[in-house]
Amino acid sequence: MAVQGRNWSSFLRRRKRVERPAPSIIAPQSRPADTTELQIAPDDPIIAYFQHSSGAVDIEHLKLDSPALEAMRAASVRLVVPLVSQGELIGLLNLGPRLSQQEYSTDDRALLNNLATQTAPAVRVAQLVRQKQVEDQARERIDQELRVARHIQQTLLPKRLPQFPGWQLGAHYQPARAVGGDFYDFLELSDGRLGLVVGDVTDKGVPAALVMASTRSVLRAAASRLESPGVVLGRVNDLVHPDVPPNMFITCMYAILNPVNGNLVYANAGHDLPFHRHGSSVVELHARGMPLGLMPGMEYEENMTVLAPGDGVLFYSDGLVEAHNSRRQMFSFGRLQRLIAEHKETDAPLVPYLLHELERFTGPGWEQEDDITLVTLQRSEEVMAAGLARHEHDDKTSDTGRVLLTQFTIPSEAGNERIAMRQVADAVRQLELPPERVEKLKTAVAEATMNAMEHGNKFQPEVPVTVRVYASHAALSVGITDQGGAPPDMGARAQKPDIEAKLANLQTARGWGLFLIENMVDELHVTSGEHTHTVELVLKLTGGNDGDDPA
Amino acid sequence: MAMTPLEAHVRQQSRVAIIDLRGEINSLSEDTLQKAYAEAEAGNPETILLNFEGVDYINSTGIALIVSLLAKARASHRRLLAAGLSAHYVEIFEITRLADLMSVFSTEAQALQDVSAAAS
Repeated sequence: MAVQGRNWSSFLRRRKRVERPAPSIIAPQSRPADTTELQIAPDDPIIAYFQHSSGAVDIEHLKLDSPALEAMRAASVRLVVPLVSQGELIGLLNLGPRLSQQEYSTDDRALLNNLATQTAPAVRVAQLVRQKQVEDQARERIDQELRVARHIQQTLLPKRLPQFPGWQLGAHYQPARAVGGDFYDFLELSDGRLGLVVGDVTDKGVPAALVMASTRSVLRAAASRLESPGVVLGRVNDLVHPDVPPNMFITCMYAILNPVNGNLVYANAGHDLPFHRHGSSVVELHARGMPLGLMPGMEYEENMTVLAPGDGVLFYSDGLVEAHNSRRQMFSFGRLQRLIAEHKETDAPLVPYLLHELERFTGPGWEQEDDITLVTLQRSEEVMAAGLARHEHDDKTSDTGRVLLTQFTIPSEAGNERIAMRQVADAVRQLELPPERVEKLKTAVAEATMNAMEHGNKFQPEVPVTVRVYASHAALSVGITDQGGAPPDMGARAQKPDIEAKLANLQTARGWGLFLIENMVDELHVTSGEHTHTVELVLKLTGGNDGDDPA
Repeated sequence: MAMTPLEAHVRQQSRVAIIDLRGEINSLSEDTLQKAYAEAEAGNPETILLNFEGVDYINSTGIALIVSLLAKARASHRRLLAAGLSAHYVEIFEITRLADLMSVFSTEAQALQDVSAAAS
């Protein structure tokens, strides 16, 4: 294409669609390769002028207060042909002086105008193609970032659920497209307790994933050294605070479960309050504390609850309660609380039940706004031991109104009978028994538990002893069940301990266990199933003797 | 649950050696108890007094250990006394008949009084 200018050039670069065009000019030089790009500010009046001009503009005599005009003149631009497509200025053809040093003729201008009319749509198409390429690249970069964020997050989430006899754990993590900073963790502590963590980093993508990763590591380290959830959160806050960007913080709930007695101690750094279901009531577990990373030196309140058999706790992130449906209604805490109360574990586990309800609420085609994390902790309903069932069936006086005071399991390790003693003593405190009867019960429980751990479970820590305490108006009953088939301490039972015989070395010095038990309680029942063995200790509460006489 | 180790300290007095016990008497206590008894016996006292005041738990294995100390004492013709047991463990000493074969006193002072009375 021939243009009678010494050089020619064009082009406007477009900024964001919402802004006015911000053209840049490639000023004429001796060779096109040396062209200099001149920027035109979006508010430069020359843009409006070019947009509405009907053709080539001779800028030499143009009177406008325009920095771009000055720049063009400085770059020896003589004639500017605006490229306008659909009423929008998309580029300029800038021409320097004619090589012949003559002025541009009317024919020249007509030719240039004609050229501009034909070029503008093509330039516009080229610009759109270019713009799409840039957007595709940006989208690909974002997608790549999201893949990295998701990878970081999912790599660090637990691969398996811890197993504790008598407890069921559930976990569900559902990332939103943008990948939030949700996380959860299970920490199997050295003393046999279980730490549960649910947290949420504000912000999304890779930055949130990185903060989540470091918080998780710091929390794991602190939890392994410190016992108290409140102290752990305080320590984590102090450690992560210097590294958390100013616009970010982390909410986090940390609870420690004692699977033996159901005690749950917890502290909360500004996270959504977990729900504790007990029977048909559902309550929030409150504990005050600021989110992590906001300011150092924070203290975290610590509270405790006891999870009875059949109780459950739901830990969750705000992705669930803040989910919106098409009418912009929020799922809400109230709805969640009601659903937990209505849920029956026999129908379906809580997690799939809640996800089903969420789907019903949001309807089809819902785009998840934030990560959804659900962690459930469920204590099994008690199952009556064979021996306890038999006894209850036989003893009509205690048939009615018998309640389970407590149920717990103990790893079979020497010394753990002290746990059984203490737990049973705690459970029967409400009965206000005379202290001497409680002492006798404790000794009987300790001896029966020792037998169960040693003879029944062969001191295998992973094989637990289960203790159940029932009370009716007539009797207190403690069932101690091991996983062995044969009754414990059979030798001692067959041979009543005789201290004179022991002193004369005619009997072993040991063998006092069952003898003590029999003398501490009113009744002793022993039942064996195929895989279990249960010793039931009974204290009569009304009309019985006080346990002083041997049974 | 970690068991609390038994601590035993021996005080030698004229005619009597006192073993102060603190903690739990269970399957882990055997060495401590036997060493303390050996130390008490070294001065050849007529009487050895087990002071249970600091003991909060004795299980059936612990009873067996005390029976073995009683056997030793009888073999060397020494009196073995007990003091400072809680009412619950006094009852267990009675049920097991330990109380028939070793005198049980409420306090160390009462036991020592008995030792003095026996000597005079």
